[in-house]
Amino acid sequence: MFLRTAWLVLRKDFAIEARSWEVLTTTLFFATACVLVFAFAFVREGRAVEDAAAGILWIAIAFSGTLALGRTFERERYGETLRALLLAPAPRPALYVGKLLGMLALLGTAELFLVPMVAFLFQAALFSRPLLLAALLAGGTLGFCAVGTLFAAMLVRARSRDVLLPILLYPITIPVIIAGVRGTAALLAATPDEAAATMWIGILAAFDVVFVTLALWTFEPLMTE
Amino acid sequence: MRKAFAPLVVVVAALFVSAPYFIAQAPYESTMGLIQKIMYFHVPSWIGMYTAILVCGIASAIYLFQNNTAADRYAVSAAELAVLFGLMGLVTGPLWGRKAWGVWWEWDVRLTSALLLELVFVGYLLVRKYGGPGSEKLAAATALFGFAVAPFVYKSVDIWRTVHPKTSVVPTLPRVMAGPLALTALAFVLLFLVLLTLRVRLAERQAVLDELYLADED
Repeated sequence: MFLRTAWLVLRKDFAIEARSWEVLTTTLFFATACVLVFAFAFVREGRAVEDAAAGILWIAIAFSGTLALGRTFERERYGETLRALLLAPAPRPALYVGKLLGMLALLGTAELFLVPMVAFLFQAALFSRPLLLAALLAGGTLGFCAVGTLFAAMLVRARSRDVLLPILLYPITIPVIIAGVRGTAALLAATPDEAAATMWIGILAAFDVVFVTLALWTFEPLMTE
Repeated sequence: MRKAFAPLVVVVAALFVSAPYFIAQAPYESTMGLIQKIMYFHVPSWIGMYTAILVCGIASAIYLFQNNTAADRYAVSAAELAVLFGLMGLVTGPLWGRKAWGVWWEWDVRLTSALLLELVFVGYLLVRKYGGPGSEKLAAATALFGFAVAPFVYKSVDIWRTVHPKTSVVPTLPRVMAGPLALTALAFVLLFLVLLTLRVRLAERQAVLDELYLADED
Protein backbone atom coordinates (compact mmCIF):
# COMPACT_ATOMS: atom_id res chain seq x y z
CA MET A 1 0.00 0.00 0.00
CA PHE A 2 2.72 2.44 1.07
CA LEU A 3 5.04 1.85 -1.85
CA ARG A 4 2.15 1.62 -4.28
CA THR A 5 0.82 5.02 -3.19
CA ALA A 6 4.27 6.56 -3.47
CA TRP A 7 4.64 5.01 -6.93
CA LEU A 8 1.24 6.35 -8.05
CA VAL A 9 2.08 9.89 -6.87
CA LEU A 10 5.43 9.69 -8.66
CA ARG A 11 3.80 8.39 -11.86
CA LYS A 12 1.20 11.17 -11.74
CA ASP A 13 3.95 13.82 -11.49
CA PHE A 14 5.84 12.15 -14.33
CA ALA A 15 2.77 12.11 -16.54
CA ILE A 16 2.09 15.82 -15.94
CA GLU A 17 5.72 16.78 -16.51
CA ALA A 18 6.03 14.62 -19.63
CA ARG A 19 3.16 16.54 -21.26
CA SER A 20 4.50 20.04 -20.73
CA TRP A 21 8.19 19.72 -19.72
CA GLU A 22 7.49 23.01 -17.95
CA VAL A 23 9.41 22.53 -14.72
CA LEU A 24 12.39 20.70 -16.20
CA THR A 25 13.03 23.19 -19.00
CA THR A 26 12.62 26.26 -16.79
CA THR A 27 14.81 24.68 -14.09
CA LEU A 28 17.55 23.86 -16.58
CA PHE A 29 17.44 27.32 -18.11
CA PHE A 30 17.60 28.94 -14.69
CA ALA A 31 20.52 26.71 -13.66
CA THR A 32 22.41 27.73 -16.80
CA ALA A 33 21.73 31.40 -16.05
CA CYS A 34 23.04 30.86 -12.48
CA VAL A 35 26.26 29.30 -13.78
CA LEU A 36 26.78 32.24 -16.14
CA VAL A 37 26.15 34.87 -13.48
CA PHE A 38 28.57 33.23 -11.06
CA ALA A 39 31.10 32.67 -13.80
CA PHE A 40 31.40 36.45 -14.13
CA ALA A 41 32.05 36.76 -10.40
CA PHE A 42 34.67 34.03 -10.15
CA VAL A 43 36.65 34.16 -13.36
CA ARG A 44 39.93 36.13 -13.37
CA GLU A 45 41.82 36.60 -16.66
CA GLY A 46 40.00 33.75 -18.34
CA ARG A 47 40.54 31.23 -15.55
CA ALA A 48 38.18 30.36 -12.71
CA VAL A 49 39.50 30.86 -9.16
CA GLU A 50 40.29 27.75 -7.17
CA ASP A 51 37.27 25.72 -5.96
CA ALA A 52 34.90 27.99 -7.91
CA ALA A 53 33.57 25.11 -10.01
CA ALA A 54 32.42 23.16 -6.94
CA GLY A 55 30.73 26.21 -5.45
CA ILE A 56 29.05 27.22 -8.70
CA LEU A 57 27.77 23.69 -9.30
CA TRP A 58 26.13 23.50 -5.87
CA ILE A 59 24.76 27.04 -5.96
CA ALA A 60 23.14 26.24 -9.31
CA ILE A 61 21.66 23.04 -7.85
CA ALA A 62 20.33 24.81 -4.75
CA PHE A 63 18.87 27.79 -6.63
CA SER A 64 17.30 25.83 -9.44
CA GLY A 65 16.08 23.25 -6.92
CA THR A 66 14.23 25.98 -5.02
CA LEU A 67 12.64 27.14 -8.26
CA ALA A 68 11.60 23.58 -9.18
CA LEU A 69 10.11 23.01 -5.71
CA GLY A 70 8.13 26.22 -5.93
CA ARG A 71 6.83 25.46 -9.43
CA THR A 72 5.90 21.85 -8.68
CA PHE A 73 3.80 22.77 -5.69
CA GLU A 74 2.39 25.88 -7.31
CA ARG A 75 0.94 23.53 -9.91
CA GLU A 76 -0.64 21.44 -7.16
CA ARG A 77 -2.04 24.55 -5.53
CA TYR A 78 -3.42 25.94 -8.76
CA GLY A 79 -5.36 22.77 -9.49
CA GLU A 80 -6.34 22.31 -5.80
CA THR A 81 -4.90 18.84 -6.32
CA LEU A 82 -2.86 18.72 -3.14
CA ARG A 83 -6.09 18.82 -1.17
CA ALA A 84 -7.44 15.97 -3.32
CA LEU A 85 -4.29 13.98 -2.63
CA LEU A 86 -4.63 14.59 1.09
CA LEU A 87 -8.28 13.53 1.02
CA ALA A 88 -7.36 10.19 -0.52
CA PRO A 89 -7.41 7.29 1.96
CA ALA A 90 -3.66 6.80 1.66
CA PRO A 91 -0.89 7.02 4.25
CA ARG A 92 0.37 10.61 4.30
CA PRO A 93 4.08 9.71 4.50
CA ALA A 94 3.59 7.75 1.25
CA LEU A 95 2.41 10.94 -0.47
CA TYR A 96 5.54 12.65 0.84
CA VAL A 97 7.78 9.86 -0.45
CA GLY A 98 6.09 10.04 -3.85
CA LYS A 99 6.61 13.79 -4.11
CA LEU A 100 10.19 13.46 -2.83
CA LEU A 101 11.02 10.83 -5.46
CA GLY A 102 9.56 13.11 -8.12
CA MET A 103 11.74 16.02 -6.98
CA LEU A 104 14.81 13.76 -6.85
CA ALA A 105 14.17 12.54 -10.39
CA LEU A 106 13.73 16.12 -11.59
CA LEU A 107 16.85 17.50 -9.93
CA GLY A 108 18.79 14.38 -10.88
CA THR A 109 17.92 14.99 -14.53
CA ALA A 110 18.92 18.63 -14.19
CA GLU A 111 22.27 17.54 -12.69
CA LEU A 112 22.89 15.25 -15.68
CA PHE A 113 23.09 18.42 -17.76
CA LEU A 114 24.58 20.69 -15.15
CA VAL A 115 27.63 18.62 -14.18
CA PRO A 116 29.02 18.21 -17.73
CA MET A 117 28.31 21.89 -18.36
CA VAL A 118 30.32 23.00 -15.30
CA ALA A 119 33.09 20.50 -16.11
CA PHE A 120 33.25 21.83 -19.67
CA LEU A 121 33.09 25.55 -18.88
CA PHE A 122 35.51 25.53 -15.96
CA GLN A 123 37.89 22.77 -17.09
CA ALA A 124 37.02 21.01 -13.85
CA ALA A 125 38.04 17.37 -13.51
CA LEU A 126 34.58 16.42 -12.28
CA PHE A 127 34.71 13.00 -13.92
CA SER A 128 38.03 11.84 -12.51
CA ARG A 129 36.26 10.08 -9.60
CA PRO A 130 32.76 9.46 -11.02
CA LEU A 131 31.51 7.22 -8.20
CA LEU A 132 32.50 9.59 -5.41
CA LEU A 133 30.99 12.53 -7.29
CA ALA A 134 27.78 10.58 -7.87
CA ALA A 135 27.61 9.73 -4.15
CA LEU A 136 28.13 13.40 -3.21
CA LEU A 137 25.46 14.56 -5.66
CA ALA A 138 23.00 11.88 -4.53
CA GLY A 139 23.53 12.62 -0.83
CA GLY A 140 23.35 16.37 -1.29
CA THR A 141 20.30 16.28 -3.53
CA LEU A 142 18.46 13.91 -1.18
CA GLY A 143 19.14 16.12 1.85
CA PHE A 144 18.09 19.26 0.00
CA CYS A 145 14.94 17.71 -1.48
CA ALA A 146 13.92 15.99 1.78
CA VAL A 147 13.64 19.35 3.54
CA GLY A 148 12.51 21.21 0.42
CA THR A 149 9.60 18.89 -0.38
CA LEU A 150 8.31 19.10 3.19
CA PHE A 151 8.52 22.89 3.38
CA ALA A 152 7.18 23.49 -0.13
CA ALA A 153 4.21 21.24 0.65
CA MET A 154 3.50 23.08 3.90
CA LEU A 155 3.89 26.49 2.30
CA VAL A 156 1.20 25.74 -0.28
CA ARG A 157 -1.34 27.12 2.19
CA ALA A 158 0.75 30.00 3.54
CA ARG A 159 0.84 33.61 2.50
CA SER A 160 3.98 34.99 0.76
CA ARG A 161 5.12 31.41 0.08
CA ASP A 162 7.54 32.42 -2.68
CA VAL A 163 9.66 34.40 -0.25
CA LEU A 164 9.30 32.07 2.70
CA LEU A 165 10.53 28.93 0.91
CA PRO A 166 14.12 30.14 0.43
CA ILE A 167 14.11 31.87 3.81
CA LEU A 168 13.35 28.58 5.55
CA LEU A 169 15.07 26.20 3.19
CA TYR A 170 18.54 27.74 2.87
CA PRO A 171 19.55 28.05 6.54
CA ILE A 172 18.40 24.50 7.26
CA THR A 173 20.05 22.94 4.21
CA ILE A 174 23.27 24.97 4.31
CA PRO A 175 25.08 22.13 6.17
CA VAL A 176 24.19 19.84 3.26
CA ILE A 177 25.36 22.38 0.69
CA ILE A 178 28.60 22.99 2.64
CA ALA A 179 29.25 19.24 2.68
CA GLY A 180 28.53 19.01 -1.04
CA VAL A 181 30.79 21.94 -1.93
CA ARG A 182 33.68 20.85 0.29
CA GLY A 183 33.44 17.23 -0.89
CA THR A 184 33.37 18.26 -4.55
CA ALA A 185 36.23 20.72 -4.00
CA ALA A 186 38.28 17.88 -2.46
CA LEU A 187 37.73 15.86 -5.65
CA LEU A 188 38.71 18.80 -7.85
CA ALA A 189 42.01 19.48 -6.08
CA ALA A 190 45.24 18.97 -8.05
CA THR A 191 45.64 15.65 -6.24
CA PRO A 192 42.07 14.49 -5.47
CA ASP A 193 41.60 13.98 -1.73
CA GLU A 194 39.48 10.82 -1.63
CA ALA A 195 39.59 10.53 2.16
CA ALA A 196 38.12 14.01 2.59
CA ALA A 197 35.44 13.35 -0.03
CA THR A 198 34.49 10.10 1.71
CA MET A 199 34.23 11.92 5.05
CA TRP A 200 31.88 14.51 3.51
CA ILE A 201 29.79 11.72 1.95
CA GLY A 202 29.45 10.22 5.44
CA ILE A 203 28.33 13.57 6.83
CA LEU A 204 25.83 13.93 3.99
CA ALA A 205 24.48 10.46 4.72
CA ALA A 206 24.04 11.38 8.40
CA PHE A 207 22.14 14.56 7.47
CA ASP A 208 20.01 12.62 4.98
CA VAL A 209 18.97 10.14 7.65
CA VAL A 210 18.10 12.93 10.11
CA PHE A 211 16.22 15.05 7.55
CA VAL A 212 14.24 12.21 5.94
CA THR A 213 13.27 10.78 9.33
CA LEU A 214 12.17 14.20 10.62
CA ALA A 215 10.24 14.92 7.42
CA LEU A 216 8.42 11.56 7.43
CA TRP A 217 7.64 12.03 11.11
CA THR A 218 6.27 15.58 10.78
CA PHE A 219 4.54 15.36 7.38
CA GLU A 220 1.33 13.90 8.76
CA PRO A 221 0.64 16.46 11.54
CA LEU A 222 1.82 19.30 9.30
CA MET A 223 -0.53 18.49 6.47
CA THR A 224 -3.55 18.04 8.74
CA GLU A 225 -5.73 21.11 8.92
CA MET B 1 6.76 28.44 37.75
CA ARG B 2 4.42 31.29 38.84
CA LYS B 3 5.19 31.03 42.56
CA ALA B 4 8.90 30.69 42.00
CA PHE B 5 8.99 33.74 39.75
CA ALA B 6 9.67 36.48 42.32
CA PRO B 7 12.48 34.55 44.10
CA LEU B 8 13.91 33.69 40.67
CA VAL B 9 14.08 37.37 39.72
CA VAL B 10 15.87 38.13 42.99
CA VAL B 11 18.40 35.34 42.41
CA VAL B 12 19.07 36.44 38.82
CA ALA B 13 19.52 40.05 39.94
CA ALA B 14 21.92 38.95 42.67
CA LEU B 15 23.90 36.87 40.20
CA PHE B 16 24.17 39.69 37.69
CA VAL B 17 25.19 42.20 40.36
CA SER B 18 27.87 39.91 41.79
CA ALA B 19 29.15 38.60 38.45
CA PRO B 20 31.41 41.62 37.65
CA TYR B 21 33.20 41.12 40.96
CA PHE B 22 33.91 37.43 40.28
CA ILE B 23 34.92 38.10 36.69
CA ALA B 24 37.33 40.79 37.90
CA GLN B 25 38.73 38.35 40.48
CA ALA B 26 39.45 35.71 37.82
CA PRO B 27 43.09 35.75 36.64
CA TYR B 28 44.20 37.11 33.27
CA GLU B 29 44.83 34.50 30.63
CA SER B 30 48.58 34.55 29.84
CA THR B 31 48.50 35.23 26.07
CA MET B 32 45.23 37.09 25.51
CA GLY B 33 45.02 39.13 28.67
CA LEU B 34 41.95 41.20 29.39
CA ILE B 35 40.11 40.38 26.14
CA GLN B 36 39.80 36.73 27.19
CA LYS B 37 37.27 37.81 29.82
CA ILE B 38 34.68 38.19 27.06
CA MET B 39 34.39 34.42 27.47
CA TYR B 40 32.36 34.99 30.66
CA PHE B 41 29.75 36.67 28.48
CA HIS B 42 30.21 34.80 25.19
CA VAL B 43 29.99 31.19 26.38
CA PRO B 44 26.94 31.80 28.62
CA SER B 45 25.18 33.52 25.69
CA TRP B 46 25.48 30.35 23.63
CA ILE B 47 24.47 28.21 26.61
CA GLY B 48 21.39 30.43 26.83
CA MET B 49 20.72 29.97 23.12
CA TYR B 50 21.06 26.18 23.27
CA THR B 51 18.71 26.11 26.27
CA ALA B 52 16.23 28.19 24.28
CA ILE B 53 16.55 25.88 21.26
CA LEU B 54 16.01 22.84 23.49
CA VAL B 55 12.83 24.36 24.96
CA CYS B 56 11.65 25.55 21.55
CA GLY B 57 12.26 22.15 19.91
CA ILE B 58 10.47 20.16 22.60
CA ALA B 59 7.58 22.61 22.80
CA SER B 60 7.24 22.60 18.99
CA ALA B 61 7.10 18.79 18.91
CA ILE B 62 4.39 18.78 21.60
CA TYR B 63 2.43 21.41 19.70
CA LEU B 64 2.78 19.58 16.40
CA PHE B 65 1.76 16.14 17.64
CA GLN B 66 -0.75 17.00 20.35
CA ASN B 67 -2.10 20.28 19.01
CA ASN B 68 -1.37 21.82 22.39
CA THR B 69 -1.58 25.62 21.96
CA ALA B 70 0.02 26.22 25.38
CA ALA B 71 3.13 24.45 24.08
CA ASP B 72 3.09 26.72 21.04
CA ARG B 73 3.25 29.78 23.30
CA TYR B 74 6.37 28.32 24.93
CA ALA B 75 7.83 27.57 21.49
CA VAL B 76 7.43 31.09 20.12
CA SER B 77 8.73 32.66 23.34
CA ALA B 78 11.76 30.39 23.38
CA ALA B 79 12.42 31.07 19.68
CA GLU B 80 12.51 34.82 20.28
CA LEU B 81 14.93 34.30 23.15
CA ALA B 82 17.07 31.97 21.01
CA VAL B 83 17.45 34.83 18.52
CA LEU B 84 18.25 37.26 21.35
CA PHE B 85 20.89 35.08 23.03
CA GLY B 86 22.30 34.10 19.63
CA LEU B 87 22.68 37.77 18.79
CA MET B 88 24.62 38.32 22.02
CA GLY B 89 26.92 35.44 21.08
CA LEU B 90 27.36 36.77 17.56
CA VAL B 91 28.25 40.24 18.87
CA THR B 92 30.64 39.14 21.60
CA GLY B 93 32.38 36.58 19.35
CA PRO B 94 33.74 39.09 16.80
CA LEU B 95 34.75 41.49 19.61
CA TRP B 96 36.99 38.76 20.93
CA GLY B 97 38.04 37.58 17.47
CA ARG B 98 39.27 41.07 16.51
CA LYS B 99 41.82 40.89 19.32
CA ALA B 100 42.61 37.18 19.29
CA TRP B 101 42.68 36.51 15.52
CA GLY B 102 43.09 40.06 14.18
CA VAL B 103 39.87 39.90 12.16
CA TRP B 104 36.23 40.45 13.07
CA TRP B 105 34.96 37.43 11.21
CA GLU B 106 36.56 34.24 10.00
CA TRP B 107 34.76 31.97 7.50
CA ASP B 108 35.17 29.02 9.75
CA VAL B 109 32.82 26.04 10.17
CA ARG B 110 31.82 27.02 13.71
CA LEU B 111 31.15 30.66 12.95
CA THR B 112 29.29 29.91 9.75
CA SER B 113 27.15 27.21 11.30
CA ALA B 114 26.38 29.33 14.38
CA LEU B 115 25.26 32.14 12.08
CA LEU B 116 22.99 29.81 10.14
CA LEU B 117 21.48 28.47 13.37
CA GLU B 118 20.62 32.07 14.23
CA LEU B 119 19.11 32.44 10.75
CA VAL B 120 16.94 29.34 11.22
CA PHE B 121 15.29 30.95 14.23
CA VAL B 122 15.02 34.35 12.55
CA GLY B 123 13.27 32.38 9.79
CA TYR B 124 10.98 30.91 12.42
CA LEU B 125 9.94 34.38 13.54
CA LEU B 126 9.52 35.60 9.95
CA VAL B 127 7.23 32.67 9.12
CA ARG B 128 5.06 33.39 12.12
CA LYS B 129 4.86 37.05 11.23
CA TYR B 130 4.28 36.83 7.48
CA GLY B 131 3.04 33.27 6.88
CA GLY B 132 -0.62 34.07 7.51
CA PRO B 133 -3.08 31.65 9.13
CA GLY B 134 -1.74 28.21 9.92
CA SER B 135 1.87 29.35 9.93
CA GLU B 136 2.31 28.19 13.55
CA LYS B 137 2.69 24.59 12.38
CA LEU B 138 5.11 25.61 9.67
CA ALA B 139 7.15 27.44 12.25
CA ALA B 140 7.05 24.40 14.55
CA ALA B 141 8.56 22.26 11.77
CA THR B 142 11.26 24.89 11.24
CA ALA B 143 12.08 24.76 14.95
CA LEU B 144 12.36 20.96 14.85
CA PHE B 145 14.83 21.14 11.98
CA GLY B 146 16.78 23.86 13.79
CA PHE B 147 16.81 21.63 16.84
CA ALA B 148 18.22 18.80 14.70
CA VAL B 149 20.98 21.01 13.25
CA ALA B 150 22.04 22.45 16.65
CA PRO B 151 24.19 19.46 17.80
CA PHE B 152 26.09 19.71 14.50
CA VAL B 153 26.95 23.33 15.28
CA TYR B 154 28.07 22.42 18.79
CA LYS B 155 30.27 19.49 17.71
CA SER B 156 31.64 21.16 14.55
CA VAL B 157 34.75 22.47 16.34
CA ASP B 158 35.73 18.95 17.36
CA ILE B 159 35.17 17.39 13.93
CA TRP B 160 37.05 19.96 11.85
CA ARG B 161 40.19 21.92 12.44
CA THR B 162 38.90 25.43 13.06
CA VAL B 163 40.27 28.58 14.63
CA HIS B 164 37.49 28.62 17.20
CA PRO B 165 38.39 27.07 20.60
CA LYS B 166 37.18 23.50 20.99
CA THR B 167 34.40 22.31 23.31
CA SER B 168 37.06 20.63 25.45
CA VAL B 169 38.35 24.04 26.57
CA VAL B 170 35.52 24.74 28.99
CA PRO B 171 35.73 21.51 31.09
CA THR B 172 39.52 21.83 31.37
CA LEU B 173 39.60 25.42 32.60
CA PRO B 174 41.51 26.02 35.84
CA ARG B 175 39.19 26.31 38.84
CA VAL B 176 39.77 30.04 39.25
CA MET B 177 38.29 30.58 35.79
CA ALA B 178 35.71 27.77 35.80
CA GLY B 179 34.07 29.19 38.94
CA PRO B 180 33.09 32.59 37.50
CA LEU B 181 32.13 30.94 34.20
CA ALA B 182 29.77 28.53 35.97
CA LEU B 183 28.29 31.49 37.85
CA THR B 184 27.67 33.56 34.71
CA ALA B 185 26.34 30.50 32.83
CA LEU B 186 23.87 29.90 35.65
CA ALA B 187 22.92 33.59 35.59
CA PHE B 188 22.17 33.41 31.84
CA VAL B 189 20.13 30.21 32.08
CA LEU B 190 18.10 31.66 34.95
CA LEU B 191 17.73 34.93 33.02
CA PHE B 192 16.37 32.84 30.15
CA LEU B 193 13.80 31.29 32.53
CA VAL B 194 12.73 34.74 33.78
CA LEU B 195 12.34 36.14 30.27
CA LEU B 196 10.57 32.97 29.11
CA THR B 197 8.05 33.21 31.93
CA LEU B 198 7.37 36.86 31.14
CA ARG B 199 7.05 36.26 27.41
CA VAL B 200 4.76 33.23 27.86
CA ARG B 201 2.58 35.29 30.18
CA LEU B 202 2.35 37.97 27.48
CA ALA B 203 1.39 35.34 24.90
CA GLU B 204 -1.30 34.00 27.23
CA ARG B 205 -2.76 37.47 27.71
CA GLN B 206 -2.76 37.93 23.93
CA ALA B 207 -4.61 34.63 23.47
CA VAL B 208 -7.23 35.64 26.06
CA LEU B 209 -7.62 39.01 24.38
CA ASP B 210 -8.03 37.40 20.96
CA GLU B 211 -10.73 35.10 22.33
CA LEU B 212 -12.59 38.02 23.90
CA TYR B 213 -12.35 39.94 20.65
CA LEU B 214 -13.74 37.02 18.67
CA ALA B 215 -16.54 36.49 21.20
CA ASP B 216 -17.45 40.16 20.98
CA GLU B 217 -17.56 40.03 17.17
CA ASP B 218 -19.93 37.05 17.05
